[in-house]
Amino acid sequence: MKLKHTLIAGAVALGLSFSVQAADIKIAYDADPVSLDPHEQLSGGTLQLSHMTFDPLVRWASDLSFEPRLAESWERVDDKTMRFVLRQGVKFHSGNEMTADDVVWTFNRLKESPDFKGVFAVFSGMNKVDDYTVDLISSEPFPLVLNNATYIFPMDSKFYSGEDENGKDKAELVKHGDSFASRQLSGTGPFTVSSREQGVKVEFARFADYWDSNSPGNVDNITLTPIKEDATRVAALLSGDVDFIAPVAPTDHGLIEKSDKADLITMAGTRIITFQMNQDRREEFKDARVRNAIVHAINNEAIVKKIMKGFATAGAQFSPAGYLGHNEALAPRYDLDKAKALMEEAGYADGFSITMMAPNNRYVNDDKIAQAVASMLAKINIKVDLKTVPKAQYWPAFDERAADMMMIGWHSDTEDSNNFFEFLSACVDTDAGLGQYNSGNYCNPEADKLMKAANSEIDTAKRTEMMQQIETMLYEDAAFVPLHWQNLAWAAAKNVKAEPVLNAMNFPYLGDLVVE
Amino acid sequence: MIAFLIKRTLQAIVVMFIISVISFSIQDQLGDPLREMVGQSVSEAERQALRDELGLNDPFITQYLRFAGKALQGDLGNSYFYKEPALSVILNKLPATLELVFGATIIIMFLSVPLGVYAAINPKSLLSSFIMGISIVGISIPVFLTAIFSIYFFSIHLGWLPSFGRGETVHMFGSWNTGYLTADGFRHLVLPCLSLASIMLPLFIRLIRSEMIEVLQSEYVKFAWAKGLKRRRIWFLHALKNTMLPVITVGGVQIGTMVAYTILTETVFQWPGMGFIFLEAVNRVDTPLLVAFLIVVGAIFVITNTLVDLIYGLVNPTVKLAGKG
Repeated sequence: MKLKHTLIAGAVALGLSFSVQAADIKIAYDADPVSLDPHEQLSGGTLQLSHMTFDPLVRWASDLSFEPRLAESWERVDDKTMRFVLRQGVKFHSGNEMTADDVVWTFNRLKESPDFKGVFAVFSGMNKVDDYTVDLISSEPFPLVLNNATYIFPMDSKFYSGEDENGKDKAELVKHGDSFASRQLSGTGPFTVSSREQGVKVEFARFADYWDSNSPGNVDNITLTPIKEDATRVAALLSGDVDFIAPVAPTDHGLIEKSDKADLITMAGTRIITFQMNQDRREEFKDARVRNAIVHAINNEAIVKKIMKGFATAGAQFSPAGYLGHNEALAPRYDLDKAKALMEEAGYADGFSITMMAPNNRYVNDDKIAQAVASMLAKINIKVDLKTVPKAQYWPAFDERAADMMMIGWHSDTEDSNNFFEFLSACVDTDAGLGQYNSGNYCNPEADKLMKAANSEIDTAKRTEMMQQIETMLYEDAAFVPLHWQNLAWAAAKNVKAEPVLNAMNFPYLGDLVVE
Repeated sequence: MIAFLIKRTLQAIVVMFIISVISFSIQDQLGDPLREMVGQSVSEAERQALRDELGLNDPFITQYLRFAGKALQGDLGNSYFYKEPALSVILNKLPATLELVFGATIIIMFLSVPLGVYAAINPKSLLSSFIMGISIVGISIPVFLTAIFSIYFFSIHLGWLPSFGRGETVHMFGSWNTGYLTADGFRHLVLPCLSLASIMLPLFIRLIRSEMIEVLQSEYVKFAWAKGLKRRRIWFLHALKNTMLPVITVGGVQIGTMVAYTILTETVFQWPGMGFIFLEAVNRVDTPLLVAFLIVVGAIFVITNTLVDLIYGLVNPTVKLAGKG
């Protein structure tokens, strides 16, 4: 009898330990998705939604390598063509099967999207080879094919074909209007959208026919509520009203670390915060010695320590660690004496006055950083007249190059160094779309030559060398003032094991999330 | 009475017109709505094309006349963000804000009258000094501070009340989902209403107290004492009625102002009402929504003041409404 009882108890215990309870979680971001159309806006929020409801051909792993998703394998056919072999048996939420037609359809729609067409400008087209193979053709040898393939989330072409109840084309992409695709979606992703109230909440339900049976994720339902205020979001997590939040303001980190109800997860980020010095507005900035003096006068480490409270990584170049162009040898170089010497050498020992502008609600502590920089420049006799404005007013002012020094933060859409150069340091060329955010009007033809060469260099080693060389050139020439890379922070309830699904791009792969 | 109402309606139209011109003219200073709508890599040419499509490159007069023409037909334009008529977005969220304001008003009424009357009747007692002291603190602390503090205290430490949102709501009709009919919705109402009430409560307590003290010293009250009427009758029948007259007037105006304070309260509690929408619209430079909000709030203000004047006219028979029109 006792043996029988023991055996039964043992079997029950074994059964319980094997059963993985599916869980429902509530998450809170600072904003809910603007639209259900993945091509409407190129933004973090849209991409986060895409990773939940669609799947890309390939996706970034946390070490910045590529994980095959809807593309099982790929090979370079020639230096302008990359062949992707698609996974078979993948179903969309509507029940349709995914084939090469859907991938080609999605690619063509991306080329029409105002936000995405720039990313795909270098590709001339995508050809269907057979039902499960496509060829992605670029107009010149292009090394970043896989980087860009992370933006291709195949959409259900049959679901999006035809006319909706208003007689409009279901596939229509409307940026500021109401379209079928902005209200409905059908993808291959781990979650379907079961209900949505814009600005209030979105409900996701696990897709029963999800192709990735290897995914460890056990979340059944997700309720996403936007909570705009940082303090309220943290309060919601700590009181148990939500299970996962992002982002977490630096001032709230201590609170979460002290709490036994939630865990804080931080990661080095890839967004660089910089100041640009406008050479067209100020003669003095044309002199590399003055620019170098400014860079030497600014104490990056102190800003990270005191203002960012350690929640950033001080840097002296565009590319963060992990990017090909990142040059280990380039380090922050705070040296007040050298700065003063350089100013004297350039003939500006008495300094001069400049205007400076920065946003106050775009980057973490942006206005405080600007104030710190202004006071540091005072030490080399540069008197700064600082103005900070909300981001809605800042960007028009930035376009007009309204101040001598302006702050800008940048993150590379392609996770590649060249993107920084193309937008921030290349000689301004509006026809070619280069230097769009180069408010300093810095121009280095040698660096630009290297940049263009790197754009068509397939060999990774050669590319790496080129881009590192560009970083060194910009460093020595003090093309801009680098400050630091912002860190990312998320917080989760103790039973939500979020760390394995988080990455430096801030695309939580919630389909793989395990809840205990 | 009818003349009064007609005059009021005409005044309302003038007020709304002025509001619409002012809110329209500052839109250029608010920033560029396109930045929020497109990604960072979009070229300048694309952005200009979008601006043309939205009609943002036309001169001010053209834009305003286009807007005014449509407004007279009840169409205040489409919100850039919600892609729906701005007026319907605001009106959809209006019930949520009104429930908040209603809850706060009830709290104020039921707390301020007893406390104010008590403080007036026993001006020197310890409890009165305590009430007055707390009310000074209440006026000084900003509403979002009260709100955040109450969340930390009641939601995190005590875990009694939820920290954000409206909870379960019951659909009544149209777009009105009420939180008063479910236990969950009611719990979600407590903290936001308390926070909102905390701004006005001190004002009303002090107002009722000082009015009552003055009324208690008037001739007819002294006569009532001399006549030997019961205390309760003097306080609550004779004195209170006359105390409430200025309170009604001030109160009406303040209720209108409370709609403005809902902006802060709703933001902290993530309450999906009008005020929250407004703050987001400012950040996104969603001008149609801004203009619609300001016009709706202007209308609320005018309606509230008209009602207050009517009630005042009813309560105080010595006032002739026609003279006030």
